[in-house]
Amino acid sequence: MPLITNSKTQPSYDVIIVGSGAGGGMSAYVLAKAGVKTLMLEAGRNYDPVTETPMFQLAKDAPLRGAATPDKPFGFYDATVDGGWKVPGEPYTSAPGVDFMWWRPRMLGGRTNHWGRIALRMGPYDFKPRGRDGLGIDWPISYEDMAPYYDRTEDLVGVFGSNESLENTPDSPPGVLQPPPKPRAYELLTKKACVGLKIPVIPSHLAILTRPKNKDGNSRLACFYATDCGRGCSIKANFQSTTVLLPPAVKTGNLDIITDAMVREVTIDGSGRATGVNYIDKATRQDRHAAAKVVILAAGAGESARVLLNSKSALFPDGLANSSGKIGKYLMDTVGASLSGQIPALENVPPHNEDGVSGMHMYMPWWLYGEQKAGKLGFARGYHIEFDGGRVKPEAGVFDGLEQFTGGSYGTKYKQDCRRYYGSIVNFAGRGEMIPNEDCYCEIDPRVVDQWGIPALRFRWKWSDHELKQAAHMQQTFAEIITALGGKPFKAPETDGAKAIARPGEIIHEVGTVRMGSDKRDSVLNQYCQSWDVKNLFVTDGAPFVSNADKNPTLSILALAWRSCDHLIDELKKGNL
Amino acid sequence: MSQPEKIGRREALKWIAGAAAVPAVGVHALAQNPGAIEAPAPNRSATDPDLLKPSVPWARILSDAELATVSALCDVIIPADDQSPSASAVGVPDFINEWVSAPYPEQEADRVPIRGGLTWLNTESNRRFTKPFAELSAEQKQQICDDIAYVPNAKPGFEAAALFFARFRDLTATGFYTTREGMKDLQYIGNVPLATFDGPPPNVLEKLGLSPVTK
Repeated sequence: MPLITNSKTQPSYDVIIVGSGAGGGMSAYVLAKAGVKTLMLEAGRNYDPVTETPMFQLAKDAPLRGAATPDKPFGFYDATVDGGWKVPGEPYTSAPGVDFMWWRPRMLGGRTNHWGRIALRMGPYDFKPRGRDGLGIDWPISYEDMAPYYDRTEDLVGVFGSNESLENTPDSPPGVLQPPPKPRAYELLTKKACVGLKIPVIPSHLAILTRPKNKDGNSRLACFYATDCGRGCSIKANFQSTTVLLPPAVKTGNLDIITDAMVREVTIDGSGRATGVNYIDKATRQDRHAAAKVVILAAGAGESARVLLNSKSALFPDGLANSSGKIGKYLMDTVGASLSGQIPALENVPPHNEDGVSGMHMYMPWWLYGEQKAGKLGFARGYHIEFDGGRVKPEAGVFDGLEQFTGGSYGTKYKQDCRRYYGSIVNFAGRGEMIPNEDCYCEIDPRVVDQWGIPALRFRWKWSDHELKQAAHMQQTFAEIITALGGKPFKAPETDGAKAIARPGEIIHEVGTVRMGSDKRDSVLNQYCQSWDVKNLFVTDGAPFVSNADKNPTLSILALAWRSCDHLIDELKKGNL
Repeated sequence: MSQPEKIGRREALKWIAGAAAVPAVGVHALAQNPGAIEAPAPNRSATDPDLLKPSVPWARILSDAELATVSALCDVIIPADDQSPSASAVGVPDFINEWVSAPYPEQEADRVPIRGGLTWLNTESNRRFTKPFAELSAEQKQQICDDIAYVPNAKPGFEAAALFFARFRDLTATGFYTTREGMKDLQYIGNVPLATFDGPPPNVLEKLGLSPVTK
């Protein structure tokens, strides 16, 4: 990606965008296409999936056969640059007794380079949760407000799936979704097993092309059903900001990008208007300023809150745009739990290619809305089920723990056992909605700075019973499905939700630290992700989220950023910014 | 029976090369952005390695004598048979050396139990047969391994050795089944580009009692 150097920046821009992932990338795309002069600042390095992606490389050629390490926590070939659970020289802290996990990359395109591509629309209930069960808070917008932007986003990025007309699982208009790939053997078997359990198993929605797409002169090939999306995609078949959003935005001539630029604060004038940002040029460690009429933060829910909390002034002593005191508050992640099973029916299946797209071809949307509304479940919000298995490419740990099925065989018998059990394991994972609460938030840790001298974040966390009971329910459901498949769980389903639940932050769906609302006393942003206090300041990542439905957030971040930028452009044209 | 149409690795590589040769942002954008620069090569580090040219930056620590034991034990766990070669024939001992030498917590946690286990194995071999493990007959090796092959069955005094054996077996499997020979043994036939994904073939559906997929 062509970039510019610090010395070549324009004296001033219409808009500065901080961050280049889903929110920043979509903001840049919409603004640049509309003729808005835009500068993007990215804290990480330049990155080009077309030339850098290891598409067919084998585990045998990677250190430790590609196994996860602290340097490459999702494995050697994962696209993440300079990050993961730890970014070198950029610590964060957790309050005593809290073990928050915060995944950060330092690269152009951010987490869109390695994400799971699961692209689910939030449904009508998801925008008005309090209206249904009296918990949490409602969004200031409805599904109808978002639907046109979901349509456009799906069409632009490319999402496959099907329309099933299920409750709170929205259909897309005809022709928007691409055809889903055919199900794999273990997916069909699971679908059959779930009939008796009354659990729907339907085609997944993933941001992966099953048909070629050509938009904005950007020619993208369809998936060729090999190699892992987490490595990135050199043929641009999956959605990454760096292959889908940034190239056409740069091509307009309206977008400049500076990488290795770590933004530390938003600057304001005497009237409290944003004037630009101060950032550390990482190559020289010099503090620099960039000026614009409008500032958009899209650095990720944690980093965007951090920038605002660190932007203190006489006008905003508690952080910029924080008259409500809500910045950093109502941090949410997704509830996660998992269980694996060994399925005898899947032993010794005739060899065939089960790679498919990277990720699930089918999934189970939440199905117990009626029981939940009737108060029969003991927890208020739902989850969907993701599952994988089959004859996957052997990687590090391929037969770890197999002795529980083989009785400790070795030698020729062990080789026969490996052939027999290969492909017979199915893994189930739940992804559930967490209800925002007062005990989950981030704040500045006054004793800790990163290597750029910027005060670090500290996380506080406490699950409510809703999340813990939901995680235990997931375990029970997975065990029922495994049993219905005629299989045996690797371990007994965990009945204690506190033991079943993934760690806070671990699912990497952190949202909600700069929430939108209809009342400026109780929210930071209006429905267009625009600050109530500082009208030329916007936040277009996951931070504005009011709730965190079980629908993975990326598609909603993209659609919401598009909607917000349309409003921003209107306001710019009217001279209101 | 209809097989999915294979594009072929060469053809796929051509696609990739073609995509790489036509950057999405080409000279046109550069002309419009006179200040634009092409990115400099990244400064490589452990958190940003070159994924296209992997390398192992740390030194291997096992001695030749230890590697001889590793090799012998690998081949007890995965011997050659009519479908594939033995573990040592495809480089598994070197992988285990790489693993126990790595500067990461998980591998460091394996280092002492594995080196200790290898030494124990020779001590036990000498005690029973007055020879190091690598020089034992197949039956003699089996006598020892039978005592440590399954943790739940390990007799008092053999628990640590059984835990060592379990970990060593898992690592041997990782080393073996990630090679081309190991993947072929499992009849893994993916990692090749396909023009279409057709789902399971009829013989698979039949075995699983599933109807053909229409949708």
